[in-house]
Amino acid sequence: MSKPRLHEGFSLKPEAIPFAPVYEAGFLTRKNGVWRSERPALVPERCNGCLLCALCCPDGAVKATADGKVEFDEDFCKGCGLCARACRRGALTMEKEPCHG
Amino acid sequence: MAKRFLSGNEAFAEGVRLARPQVISAYPITPQTTCVEALASMVESGALEAEYLHVESEHSALSAAIGASMAGARAFTATSSQGLLYMAECLVYASGGLYPIVMMNACRSTALPWNIYCDQRDSLLLADSGWIQAYAASAQEALDLALMSFAIAESPEVATPFMVCLDGFTLTHTYESVEVPESAQADAFLPPYKTENRFDFENPKNLAFSAGPETNYLFKHQEQQGMLNALKAVPQTEARFAQIFGRAYPGLTEGYLLEGAEYVLITLGTVTGIAQKTASDLRAEGFAAGVLRLRYFRPFPSQEIAKALRQVKAAAVIERDVSFGATGAVHQSVCAALQQQGITTRVSCVIAGLGGADISEDDLRGVFADLAAGRHETRFAGIRERRDER
Amino acid sequence: MSVNPKTISSDEPFFGHKACPGCGGALAVRLILKILGERAVAVLPAGCMSAVGFNFPQLCFGCNAAISTFAGTASMLAGIAAGFRAQGITDFKAVGFAGDGGTADIGIQALSGAIDRNDDILYVCYDNEAYMNTGVQKSSLTPYGAATTTTPAGKRLRGNLSEKKNMFEIVAAHGIGYAATASVGYLPDLLKKAEKAASIKGTRYLHVIAPCPSGWGIKTDETLDAAKEMVDCGLWYLAEYEHGAFTLNRDPKAFGSVRDYLKRQKRFAALTDEDIEFITKTRDAKWKFIRENFRRAG
Repeated sequence: MSKPRLHEGFSLKPEAIPFAPVYEAGFLTRKNGVWRSERPALVPERCNGCLLCALCCPDGAVKATADGKVEFDEDFCKGCGLCARACRRGALTMEKEPCHG
Repeated sequence: MAKRFLSGNEAFAEGVRLARPQVISAYPITPQTTCVEALASMVESGALEAEYLHVESEHSALSAAIGASMAGARAFTATSSQGLLYMAECLVYASGGLYPIVMMNACRSTALPWNIYCDQRDSLLLADSGWIQAYAASAQEALDLALMSFAIAESPEVATPFMVCLDGFTLTHTYESVEVPESAQADAFLPPYKTENRFDFENPKNLAFSAGPETNYLFKHQEQQGMLNALKAVPQTEARFAQIFGRAYPGLTEGYLLEGAEYVLITLGTVTGIAQKTASDLRAEGFAAGVLRLRYFRPFPSQEIAKALRQVKAAAVIERDVSFGATGAVHQSVCAALQQQGITTRVSCVIAGLGGADISEDDLRGVFADLAAGRHETRFAGIRERRDER
Repeated sequence: MSVNPKTISSDEPFFGHKACPGCGGALAVRLILKILGERAVAVLPAGCMSAVGFNFPQLCFGCNAAISTFAGTASMLAGIAAGFRAQGITDFKAVGFAGDGGTADIGIQALSGAIDRNDDILYVCYDNEAYMNTGVQKSSLTPYGAATTTTPAGKRLRGNLSEKKNMFEIVAAHGIGYAATASVGYLPDLLKKAEKAASIKGTRYLHVIAPCPSGWGIKTDETLDAAKEMVDCGLWYLAEYEHGAFTLNRDPKAFGSVRDYLKRQKRFAALTDEDIEFITKTRDAKWKFIRENFRRAG
């Protein structure tokens, strides 16, 4: 799996700067999800696990679950709504994200 | 060890062959052409095993060399003048990325007006680009620098790209007897290129990324340290070179008749020869002349210059460029170095040899005479001032 | 047998990036990298995808990847391929992802050189039809009538007045081994072409229409619809060039509405009926040429 990994709480110290602009591939330090204003909500009984939504997500934030449905990556979903739009079975709706203070 | 009658370009190409670059990407431009042509011949005959990319511009030449370096290969390119300026963006890219690429620049004037002959306006314009700069004064030195440049550039504590400057036509196209070492010696001197600064399939890397305000200066500080580490790496490499090849080089500068010198000319490249002859003749006439050649312009040899000029009455830079609105690049670096060390020796800037103009012994005698007469202002050699000029 | 949503790799080599919600370019890069696999070595020039993916220490490519100069995507790739070859490394997939600006304008020289040398690289143009990363300035792939910040629609001029440069045919004219047009609105077609391109040696070119919701003035969930409509109304065609011949992958029996396609996007808001008529006529002339000169698929 080459999927970039989140290193939560990582803080870069000046002494730890690499000697050149080269670094471990796929090193993440921040989540993107905090910016979203809507989030996808699954209607499980309508989902047949076709994974069209997972295909269409520009952020790779939709994953197949073991029980043949899908789940969403809270940390990296931006709430664009392409997944809901792609779903042919009405199994996805977009809900308003509760307001962050 | 074979002795061959070679031009500066041909000798440099032999040195490159011995250095075993893995990727050569170059675009032709006078007067670099006979070097890259020689390399193409070597690739065709099998004397040199390298990927030779026929790039469609100089920008692509250096961009491809950077790509090759990212893949972990030893890369070489060459250019001149307009070509060097066209790839300028890539020069800063290579130095910022710490890719130890070697590039030969055939020093040639920059348009306008158009001029294919020698001056150092091209390389000196890019002196601040983060590349090590060495200026050869002979075909032998050119060949030897081809080897040493890779060794110095690839030293892990340096990791800085290296520009070897050969005066256009006056060095690239003139012939001398050159010792061409054996491959076994070259291989003993220069091992294969190894680095962590490259793509890796076991541990993938992201290269050439962005660094914002919080971290950018930290990278730049490291880059400066790398270049400054070359101040030590150069003499160390030359010592190793002398051991293997039997030829000694004097470090970042080369002094000539500096013992007891009162008046000194500072030179880069091939003008040194005529400067040394002039100084030698003047010494025979009882005039205490000396010559200081800067073999390396970056990193700047501040200590060596301070040592050479401290006790001198006055010095003049033979400047083959113009820093319009100011003096000249070499002059400015020399003066800054002296000032930083509290040395008050006056150094003047004599702009000469632009666009391939000849610099004669008479011209240089005139410069020494001016120094002795206390003349210090920046001036163009060969432009006679009107008597009534302020 | 080409991949489908269930069989495509579950790896996510491009993840955690800062692209706008609904970004077509990000989707194209993400899917193509999934298909290329772990031996991919990606080069991205200055532009949206590099700007959102390489902000140290947030590094969003899990595979080997680097930013190139704006003009240097194809030349850096050429060097990478040569560098690997020189070391006897043959199992790699060098791929570039450049925007329309980095491909058709500043990057065209290096691309042309790479094709000429038949460098073993896959070059992908993600085409959002303007310099989006820098705030929506016109490129040579900005279509007729689009408002951009450098071709603003006002009383005198109603936006960009030059035609979209046909990069696919320019690339084909080099005699490239394989080139194809694609759209994120037709994902099965895109995936199939990406797989095909990945399996061929030599220089390959994929031109993917990848709408930018911010720059096109559409909602974040309309990206794929707009990309599909552009094909359906004939303003983009799905085709391949291989072995010296053009193949049209999709020949609509009836075109979708050019007016509807344009009017859904804010960047075309200033267009008049005459403009839409003109655009439609231009489309018709082009399709006459296509139908007379391209083979049909299958």
